[in-house]
Amino acid sequence: MNFTLPALDFFAIAPLLAMTLTGCLVMLVDLFTPRRVGKGHLAVVSLVGLAVTAFLAAWSWDYSNPIAFGGMVAADSFTQFFNLLFVFITAITILLSQTQLEREDFHAGEYYTLLLFSAAGLMLMASATDLIMVFLGIELLSISLYILTGFSRYRLESEEASIKYLLLGSFATGFLLFGISLVYGAAGSTNLGCVGNALGGRSEFAIETCPALSQATAAAATNGHAPAILLAGMGLLIVGLGFKAAVAPFHLWTPDVYEGAPTAITAYMSVAAKAGAFAAVLRVFMIAFPSLIADWSGMIGVIAALTMIVGNTVAIAQTNIKRMLAYSSIAHAGYILVAIVAASQLGAQSVLFYTLAYTLMNLGAFAIVILIGRRGEENELLSDYAGLGYRQPVLGMLMSIFMLSLAGIPPTAGFVGKFYIFSAAIQSGQVVLAIIGVLASVVSVYFYLRVIYLMYMVEPARAYALPPRAPWALAAAVFTGIAVLALGLYPIPFLDLAGASIPFIS
Amino acid sequence: MSDLPILSILIFLPLLGAIVALFIPRSNEPFLRAWAIGLSLVVFLASLGLWFSFDPTTSDFQLQEQLAWVPAFGIYYHVGVDGISLLLVLLTTFLMPLVFIYTAGSMSVRVKELVVLMLVLETAMLGTFLALDLFLFYVFWELMLVPMYFLIGVWGGARRIYAAIKFFLYTMAGSVLMLLAIVTLYFRSGEGPGLSGRTFDLLTIMKEPVPTDLQPWLFAAFALAFAIKVPMFPFHTWLPDAHVEAPTAGSVILAAVLLKMGTYGFLRFCLPLFPQAAAAAAPLIALVAVIGIVYGALVATMQRDMKKLVAYSSVSHLGFVMLGLFAFTQESMQGSLLQMINHGLSTGALFFLVGMIYERAHTRFISDFGGVARLMPIFAALFTVVMFSSLGLPGTNGFVGEFLILVGTFKQSALGFQPFAIVAGLGVILGAIYLLWMYQRAMQGPVKEPVVDGHAIHLTDLTSREIFVLAPIVILILLIGVYPKPFLDRTAASITNVSDQMQKVVGAGPSTLASGR
Repeated sequence: MNFTLPALDFFAIAPLLAMTLTGCLVMLVDLFTPRRVGKGHLAVVSLVGLAVTAFLAAWSWDYSNPIAFGGMVAADSFTQFFNLLFVFITAITILLSQTQLEREDFHAGEYYTLLLFSAAGLMLMASATDLIMVFLGIELLSISLYILTGFSRYRLESEEASIKYLLLGSFATGFLLFGISLVYGAAGSTNLGCVGNALGGRSEFAIETCPALSQATAAAATNGHAPAILLAGMGLLIVGLGFKAAVAPFHLWTPDVYEGAPTAITAYMSVAAKAGAFAAVLRVFMIAFPSLIADWSGMIGVIAALTMIVGNTVAIAQTNIKRMLAYSSIAHAGYILVAIVAASQLGAQSVLFYTLAYTLMNLGAFAIVILIGRRGEENELLSDYAGLGYRQPVLGMLMSIFMLSLAGIPPTAGFVGKFYIFSAAIQSGQVVLAIIGVLASVVSVYFYLRVIYLMYMVEPARAYALPPRAPWALAAAVFTGIAVLALGLYPIPFLDLAGASIPFIS
Repeated sequence: MSDLPILSILIFLPLLGAIVALFIPRSNEPFLRAWAIGLSLVVFLASLGLWFSFDPTTSDFQLQEQLAWVPAFGIYYHVGVDGISLLLVLLTTFLMPLVFIYTAGSMSVRVKELVVLMLVLETAMLGTFLALDLFLFYVFWELMLVPMYFLIGVWGGARRIYAAIKFFLYTMAGSVLMLLAIVTLYFRSGEGPGLSGRTFDLLTIMKEPVPTDLQPWLFAAFALAFAIKVPMFPFHTWLPDAHVEAPTAGSVILAAVLLKMGTYGFLRFCLPLFPQAAAAAAPLIALVAVIGIVYGALVATMQRDMKKLVAYSSVSHLGFVMLGLFAFTQESMQGSLLQMINHGLSTGALFFLVGMIYERAHTRFISDFGGVARLMPIFAALFTVVMFSSLGLPGTNGFVGEFLILVGTFKQSALGFQPFAIVAGLGVILGAIYLLWMYQRAMQGPVKEPVVDGHAIHLTDLTSREIFVLAPIVILILLIGVYPKPFLDRTAASITNVSDQMQKVVGAGPSTLASGR
């Protein structure tokens, strides 16, 4: 068997390399730092590494030779958009982690290293143009997250969450792998471009060495009906990716894991893992399966409707803010799925824009959750928010902005994002889905407003001591708060950015 | 004058004031209040400039301003004023200083938050009336909910949280479907598959008729949003809760301005954009409006709480407005528009009055009072004028509005609206019953001082501040009642435009009164 090594263009994966090397560097620096020195400088090393990564991502925005490593990864603007997003999320997460690292005596070295490795996994997911690479990215992300979830090792819920996430996540991975193997069986390749071409497309991502088609698939490609094996494979891919994105009915792990994990990690998971999963979904379905849209749009449409309904209605019943935000994040995944079902330029653009908007408002909300907690007093119940608006006016105002944005009230990023998503749905004729979506978001108003009325209209049941200063987390909250309003009032630059980041969708 | 972007100044001056107020220390309450009163007076004066520079001969939008906001998506900051929005803008700017003056004497908790929220609310209300871009309109429309939610929820009565949430959810549920309809209109504007050439601009969208098979759906989506806001029977159930729980200032703004958003929406969007669907729905809407008139009046008669009585009277009064709008004649529609203003004045004043007596007595139950007129003669006198306006006695503004609506509705023979006019006329009598009966029980008869916690409360007459709040409203009530011409003149051209269009659709020919006044 002839085996030629494909051209190895390391510049194409420069941001990914930078992220991975930063992780390794942090590990080494930690190893050679005496215990008594403290670990504050590890955050600095991580942030500098992230800055380098961001620079490299911006630098390779228009990379001349985007298809690299024999079609395994792509270094196009889509990749760089998500690279920048992941760098941003990771940086904010590091800021948010400071209080908890101190309070709960985490091993900072491992913590940062795992965080950076999981971010590398996310970057791999967004750049992957081969199912195997998607799988690698997901595993790198997941294994890091399993450990990070259990990092509050003195809290039983954290341990429980970690085990639960590991067990269920492994199952999901199994589904994903099985799906990949079925697709491979039908199309003869795991390269997304090759799969797309096998189904009658003309993908720019296809490599020269796409294998010849099996007769069944070739026949299917000409008469427009996917063979059963491919449909099954596609369905299993949806299960696997849907688990990572926490969409109903594969969401059952979410509330427990989000509640148990350290709050900064919950914030990270709720935005980064979702963004990565949706990046992979966009790549897989828009490159490999665009010709089967009739088959998958119905499947994903049902999942989207179910996700929006389940997420928003169950969130009403929650009394713990982390669980409430967990269900809320499920619902928001549903909105993004609506845009994916729209399967259009506008749809993909709104997926990216909404991911950005959701990232900002959700990170902000979790920043507030972190900011009102103290050692031994997490203040994670909704009732702990009573009177917050007068106790801590700045936090109250910021939380109001985040809640209104999550509820989709103008003039916030959440409103603009939802507006584009439902516009995309209407444009593609998905009117029913759009109606379900807006009605579900009316339901969501109830529980988001509850936080606001607790903060401003209810007297606290007990006295609350002011939490200690947490300047980094506060900075993160203020920054995201301003950004949420900026995106709502003047979304143009970000919409343009999102529009320029979907080169493979026409 | 003409170079100044006067509409933008009107819209954003209150917001600017709110931002400044954020930086005024909360301990300095007198300055906060003075700031709010002064600023809202400046806004009112600016809007008077609008009144005098307004050209009543044209139905076109005047003083238009247009700026690119999200041009790639056809979203513009586009505002303009015509005869339909002019009076509503003035009503808003006229009432806000009065509300601020009133709250300076009555609301003393969390003054800073109150000032900021009310100023933001003023921006949102003016923006809603002046927006000529559907996206912009929706943004202001939704933005309005947030300060009102806080007004009810923070300063309201015992069940304020329930009322605030209910208010928010009801309005939101209606408006999200409108958003989808707006997006549908957007994708219908312009050519080709892409986004180029598509627009949310109302004037552009109006130029191209919406196909008749699409109209019913879009009309329904818009109408639901507006019907909830009006509120039309049977979507009115949020209103009594919101009114009863809201603080007086909130009730006044809610009744005087926010409810008008619904009727304004019908007039501005539903009729011109979907004339065929509106014509087809007219009998149904008229029927529901008449049911609302009678039902609201009957329920108001049965109320023991004065504030609830006034709230239900709103349901009845806005039934008149809706009936007039959907009768499509020049008279009825002009009457409706005038009646929107009248209702804003009279019901606003009624809520002020109820609030004033509630502050003294800490009860609003009619049965707790008796002979108030003897204890509070000025209060009783002002109450009488406002009540006459509310029940449409000749010489007050209410008469002009209701008369035009009834005459106009009776003339709508193409749709056979005469029975509606007759039943609505009965509604006027019912209106007299509930108001006069309340007046008789509370104001006349033997003096009965309300008892709170075992000891009687001695009622004192209105303070000069309170008189100062009510006097401008009462003067305006009488002015419009005696000499409505300047008000009708300014609305005539725009109303005629809509009316003619609708008359053509229902096949009654253009109105003959087009330039009669």
